[in-house]
Order: sequence, then structure tokens, then C-alpha cells
Amino acid sequence: MASHSSSYNPTNPIEKWLDDRLPILRFSKEHLMDYPTPKNLNYWWTGGAILVFMLASQIVTGIVLAMHYTPQVDLAFESVELIRRDVNGGRVIQSLHAVGASMFFAALYIHIFRGLFFGSYKAPREILWILGVIIFLLSMATAFMGYVLPWGQMSFWAAAVITNIFAAIPVVGDPILQLLRGGFAVDNPTLNRFFALHYLLPFIIAAVVALHVWALHVPGNNNPIGVEVKSERDTVPFHPFYTMKDFFAVVVFCIPFAWFAFFAPDILGHPDNYIQANPLQTPAHIVPEWYFLPFYAILRAIDFNFILDSKLLGVIAFGGSILILFFLPWLDTSKVRSGTFRPMFKWFYWVFVANFILLTWYGAQTPDMKIIGNFTVADTSKLSVLYYFAYFLVILPLVGWFETPRPLPNSISEAVLTKPPASVSGAAGSSPAAH
Amino acid sequence: MPRGPKSSCGYSVAAGFSPVPPVWTSSGESAKRRHNHAPVRAGEAIAARAAGARKAAQNQTSGRDSSTLATESNLAHSDQPNPGRRDFLYVATAAVGAVGVGAVAWPVINQMNPDASVLAMASTEFDTASVEEGSSVTIKWRGSPVFVRHRTAEEIEEARATPLSDLKDPETDEHRVKDGHEAILVMVGLCTHLGCVPVGESGEFGGWYCPCHGSQYDTSGRIRKGPAPKNLVIPPYQFLGDTVIQIG
Amino acid sequence: MIKISTIFAAGLIAMGLAVPALAQEHEVITVERQAWSFGGIFGKYDEHQLQRGFQVFQAVCSNCHGAKLLAFRNLEEEGGPGFTEEQVKALAATYTVNDPDAEGGTRKGLPSDRWPGTGQTDADQIAAFGLVPPDLSVMAKARAIASPFPQWVFNYFTTYSEGGPDYIHALLTGYEETPPEGASVPEGKFYNHIFPGHAIGMPPPLADGQVPYANEDGSAAPPEMLTADQYARDVSAFLMWVAEPHLNDQKAGGFRVLAFLIVFAVLMWFVKQRLWRNVEH
Repeated sequence: MASHSSSYNPTNPIEKWLDDRLPILRFSKEHLMDYPTPKNLNYWWTGGAILVFMLASQIVTGIVLAMHYTPQVDLAFESVELIRRDVNGGRVIQSLHAVGASMFFAALYIHIFRGLFFGSYKAPREILWILGVIIFLLSMATAFMGYVLPWGQMSFWAAAVITNIFAAIPVVGDPILQLLRGGFAVDNPTLNRFFALHYLLPFIIAAVVALHVWALHVPGNNNPIGVEVKSERDTVPFHPFYTMKDFFAVVVFCIPFAWFAFFAPDILGHPDNYIQANPLQTPAHIVPEWYFLPFYAILRAIDFNFILDSKLLGVIAFGGSILILFFLPWLDTSKVRSGTFRPMFKWFYWVFVANFILLTWYGAQTPDMKIIGNFTVADTSKLSVLYYFAYFLVILPLVGWFETPRPLPNSISEAVLTKPPASVSGAAGSSPAAH
Repeated sequence: MPRGPKSSCGYSVAAGFSPVPPVWTSSGESAKRRHNHAPVRAGEAIAARAAGARKAAQNQTSGRDSSTLATESNLAHSDQPNPGRRDFLYVATAAVGAVGVGAVAWPVINQMNPDASVLAMASTEFDTASVEEGSSVTIKWRGSPVFVRHRTAEEIEEARATPLSDLKDPETDEHRVKDGHEAILVMVGLCTHLGCVPVGESGEFGGWYCPCHGSQYDTSGRIRKGPAPKNLVIPPYQFLGDTVIQIG
Repeated sequence: MIKISTIFAAGLIAMGLAVPALAQEHEVITVERQAWSFGGIFGKYDEHQLQRGFQVFQAVCSNCHGAKLLAFRNLEEEGGPGFTEEQVKALAATYTVNDPDAEGGTRKGLPSDRWPGTGQTDADQIAAFGLVPPDLSVMAKARAIASPFPQWVFNYFTTYSEGGPDYIHALLTGYEETPPEGASVPEGKFYNHIFPGHAIGMPPPLADGQVPYANEDGSAAPPEMLTADQYARDVSAFLMWVAEPHLNDQKAGGFRVLAFLIVFAVLMWFVKQRLWRNVEH
């Protein structure tokens, strides 16, 4: 990295000395302060900063919890309760961590859906998107293992059900299952290794986040109109414009976070997790945490045999539903990036969002619950699964071909200057960039 | 979708651009220039502009971060009717933010302090009536052994007869027991050298002997011989009644 | 042209309202919600209610149920029943606890000890009851009541977390001496409106006048307080405290944190506005 051409001019001798050896201040100034950012970013773009804040929060509260937690099957449940009762500030720190996981995923979904709408996954940001999917997968693994640690009924049975997924793999399934569990059933070895990995993974996530931001800074940020930055007129330096805007968004985000953590810390969880794990008794209703529900619904929906047996098919659908995200940059054939200018795409996108929420709801119901007439959750959820996959495999490729996009503004500045007044919709020329 | 020549920073550079609020002139420029792999024409334009920007930057007040200053001072130039009010907002917000950071930092540190269950064990009660004359009992207090010895009259006399000049850590026996309860000796049973537990009723001085490095204590628990620097520690304790003591 | 987001929102609401109208397979037992002093964002435990509830717990429940996460010293902590140090010491001393360091393996209880339990082994209890009666330490958080749409949405805004005490109160008062038409109760079990499956192994534990509440001056409490319903209410509140002893502090702290965040958000908003005022965006 050339150290001569940045605007950073250290005059302080200590700063100069440091800059000659490790230009960390120069690097920070370039990438966190001066970094030219499109000036039309709306609040959907604050998700990244919120997620960084939440990752830090989870790590700090997690390390505190780890100082008091005992990862042993007879002691784990009680150790978590003792944190809530005896440790100074323990009740709040524990609720911040538990509620924080839910808030983390809420921000994650907002961030992902922003990307899906504004085409942030399209060239030249494919690697950025792929790194993001990797972060998503790592977060899910971390959250899953974290939920097992309190060793309640849901903790135990979630571990049992989800590790069982691996048994569906033909030939090597059972050996892999035993390898993962460290035994024939979920027991102390499983708990211990989940603790070790749960502590480790967030730091790997942090490293991948660094790569993610690096991969962002190479092409630069996407923006609501999807038109690349043409000149500096289109940008503002990241600091103070976006640092303060992001800061504001983080503070606002903390309001529902605090609301839940202080006033209703268990409302997003399940009461059965306050019953100590019992390997001999399954709860009436095994439900994962809300952020896993859509994928759980997909897993359960495949209850029929088709060439392969239903269990393996379900696992393939489950895994496929996330792996398909890796291919999104190539599945969407549209030459227009942002959904703002893609009228046909918008409809399918919003149906996708509604469908995803529906899948979330399905995941919490029992498969035999009736929906319409004699059709049960098991029946209708298949339609939702179909739409989920069709969106990526059929709709996006075709819509890209057939759609007539609206005319794009020539640049961000132009779009900003010719922004029509609020009362007019769909005016000729640029369309209002959402704020 | 139109895409101009790309630098590796991704921002294509228009050959010339109209004047804009000079907020980002010096900063955005230089960042782009470093990463620019764009065609020569664009590169020349940038170099020319960068040279101009550098000059502009040099003309600014030296010794401070030019980009952020550029922002603030340019804002100050453009419209600020009331810079005092603007500063107050930033200062007030920063102050509130600092309060928030402090309010968050303290619990994170305080959680490492002993928790309620440990503090509950911070004080122990013990009935000395259970200790017969001439014998000792060892109890646990805050994780450490505590010797409670019911001394005989000879032991007390021996302790009081010792001249202070003989002692490495001079302390009178009276000082080490409670008035009216001279026979009861309460001491933390850890050698003041490196923390081993001394053995009672042994050693040359009729008190305790530490097997680790040979320290010897007398009938008042004072160090007489060996490497230990101090007398056996008397914990804070008080008599709640005639015989019951509360330690800690 | 109607905005697509309007259609989207309308669709979601329609979906949500439609679902409960459709036939459900499994029975949904409706539990009546009670008013608890500790509900809502300004909720606090009622010290006297906790004291009464402790009395019920000690006199009735603790004969069969343990509460191993409750320590005697918790009873003197702030935000709880508010016993004094002496009272707690005296109470603890009436119990025998196991202690391998003590002579004979047992000794008198200390405030730092946890609730010693029933004294019966698991084997004893299984022989007598067929199962080990569950520990009550976190029972108030291990139970909940069903909240259909849109109630569960409102719950997020009212911070409803009293499903446990609502359930416990309803269960304790939900016994029926003669099961209703069509319901069969196996030998040794009892009919309960609230218990899933309606056949519960625990005999009705509360009866009017069973626990003698007394005023501070020693005089007896008025008879309207000595009802099974009142006992159920008080012990449910007590069990909620056992499960969530720091609730008072937590909610008070939460209020302060929220007030701070709102003030800070407003300030940050103005900072952001100020910075962006002269930028076309």
C-alpha cells in the first residue's frame, strides 16, 4: 500500500514513526473516514453498521458469560441460572446476549433483503455477496450451538434433531453423526465441543466480515438507484456523514433491543427451555428460534419420497435453500441493478418477502394444522417452498430477460437533482430514490 | 447500464466535473488516485486535480486532519449562521455518548467482582465452645483455612513473656487476641512465606511449623524462625456473644 | 396505481386475521389473564404478596417440590419478600442441610445455603407419586399460556411475560371435583381444566383457610384473604419472584436505559441533520 499519496499527513513525530512502520492510522483514515460513499444511501444501508455493533455486543456479553458458565451436562443449566441470579449485573448481561442473538438475525435479514432488492449481489460485487452468505451460514452455526449451551429441553432436542440431519447423508451419514456428537447421542461431549466452537466462530465471523468490507471497498458501495458512482459529486466521505448516520441508526436499533432485554427477555424464546434437558422425554412441540423457522419449514415440508427418501430430500432442500444464495449473482439475468427501476421484478420480490414471512410462520406450526378446508400446513407449505426455489431458479432468470426496466438516471447526482416532488409518482426520468 | 472507465476503487472518473461544495476535495481525490488503474486520459485528469487539491490542502491549516477539518470548516463557510450552536450540539451529543459508554463499561467490569454466592460466604460464624482447651480446630473462611485454638494458660504466658526484640515481626500477644477472650487465638492458617498450611503443635516454639520451607511460629502465631516475613494473619473477627465469633 | 407496499401490508394483515378463524386440530385451552403487580414496564413485586406466597410455598408446596435454585439469603435481598437478616438466619436454622464437611454429614441451615428440598429421595418420590414432582425454581418461566393472533403481537408491545404465573394460578384453581361430561380421569389422577390432557397427578393442593396469614401485629388476616384463589395468586407471584428475583431492578434499569436511548437518538438525529443539511441527497 503506497504511503505517499493519501491525504494523511502526520505531523506528530509519534504518528510519523508509527506510519512508517505500520500505517494503521493511514489505513483507518482512508477506509473508515475519507472513503467516498454514494451520497444517496438510504436507511436500508445502515444494516452493516448495526450488524458490526451487534457482533461486538454479542462478543463482549458472550465473553462475560463464558467467565461464569460451566459446559457440563449436570451443571450447565444451573450455571446459567446462577449467572442470572448471583453474578453482578448477570441478569441483564445474559438477557442482552440472548435477545442480542435475535436482534442480530433481525438486522441480518434486513441487510440481506436490502441486497436482494437493490441488486447488491450483481457484478462486480459477487464476492462481496458470497462472503455475506458465508457470514450468514457461520452466524446460523454460532446461534445454533449457542442455543444448546443452557441445556434446556429445547437446547437438547434442537441439538438432537439438527445433528440428526447429517444421518440422512447416505453411506457416511452415521459415522459423521457420531463424529459430530462425540457419541451415540447428544451428551456431554457434544455440549463441550459446542461451547468451544461457539466461542471460536464469532472471531472467524469477524475475520470474514473484514474480508466482506474489503470486498466492498474495491468496487465501492451499491446505492438505491443502482447506478455506479461517476464522479466525486456522487459521493461524500464516510466520516462524518455516514459514521453519524450509522451511529444514529444503531441508537434507534438499540431501542427495541433494550425494550426486549429489560422488559421481556424471554418473549422471543421458548418456555420449555426453562426445563432442564431430559433425553428420555421429548417436548410436545419442538420449535427452533424464530430466525431458523423459514428453513425449518422448508426441511419439514419435504415429507414425500421421490427417487430419494423424504428425509434426505428434506435435508437437500434445507441445505439447498441457503446454498442457492451463492449462485444468485448469476441467476439474476437483469442488466439493471436496482429493483427501483424494475417494475416486474418488484412484484415478484415482494411476494418473495411475504412468502418468506409465511414460511417463518409455517415453521412454528404443527404439520397437521389445517389451513384451508382439509389442507394442512404440510400441504400448503409445499407451495411456499416451491415459490422460494422458483424465485431463484425460474423467476429471476426469466424476469431479467422479459422485463422492460424503467429508464435509469445517468448518475446519482442527476437522480438527486431531478428528484420529483413527493406527490408525483412514476414521473418520466428518474424515480424517487427511497430515503 | 452505463459504466465508465473503472478504477480499482470502482469509481469511474469523468474528465471534468462541475464545481461542488468542496467538502471532499482533498480526501476523495487522493484515495482515488492511489488505486486508480483507469486509462491515461482519466488518470491525467486526476493527477492534475490531485495536484491542485494537494496545493489546496497545503494551504489549509497544517497539523490537523485535513479531510474532516475540510468538512467542518467548509460547513462553517457555507451557511453557518451560528457556529456556537452547532458546536454545542456536537459537544452535548458526545457527552451523552460518553455517559452511555461509561454506563455500559461499568457492569462489564463489575461482573468480575465476587458474585452474591461468594459474598454470602464472606463471613462465617463459629462457636468456640466446641474447641477444648489445649486443642485446635481448623475451619474454612473465604476459601482459606483458619486456625481456632483454645490456648492453655502456659501457652498464653509463654507468648506474653517473649521480649519484642526477639520477634522478626514485633507484635504483642495482647494485640493478637480479643479482650476477655485471651485464650482463643484465631489466625488464617497460611504461612506468610508462600502460603502453605503450617502444622500445629510442632516446632521449637510450641506453636506451628511449616513443612514447606521450615518457618516456625510461637504460641501466639508469631514468626520466630525461618523465611516467613510476617506473623500469621489475624482475620477480622468479633465475638457475637460469649463464645460465638463471626469472622469477616 | 396502488403502491405495492400497501398491497403487501394489506395482504399480511388479512393473512394474520384469517388464520385463527380456520379450524384447528388440537385443543387450545384459554387461560384467563390476571392482573399482576409486576406486569408491564412499570411492574414491581408486592413485598407483602411475596411474603404471603412464601408462606404458602413453605406450608404446602415445599412438602413435595424442591426449589434448589432458591437460597435462604435471597429472601432478604432487595426486590424480594423483604425478610430481615435475623429472620432469614432463624428460618435457615430450622432446616437441616447436607454438608459432607459437617459432623454426621448434616448441619443446621445457614443463609448462604440453598433450599434443602423435601428430604425425600427421587426413588421415594417415584414410589409414592409415580414421578418426581418438578422443581419449582423456574417453574414460572417454564410455563406459558396460548396467545392467538393478534394477541401475541400486542404482547410484544405490552412486554407480557406473566404467562407463567397466569398458568400456575389457573392450574391451582382449575380443579374440578367431578369431571365434566365425557371426560374420563384415570385412577389416581384428578381432573383439571388447565392441565394439558386434563388429568393431573397432583391432588388439589389449596383449600380455603388452609394457610393462616397473619398481620404484622400478629392479628389474623380477614377471611376474604384466606381463600384458595388468594393462596394461588400469592404463591404464583412468589414463584415468579423465585424465577426472576431481579425483576424490580431490571425494569427500573430498563426504564432508565430507554430514556437515555431516546434522548441520545434525538440528539444523534439532530447531529445527522446538521451534517447532511447542505448535501444534496
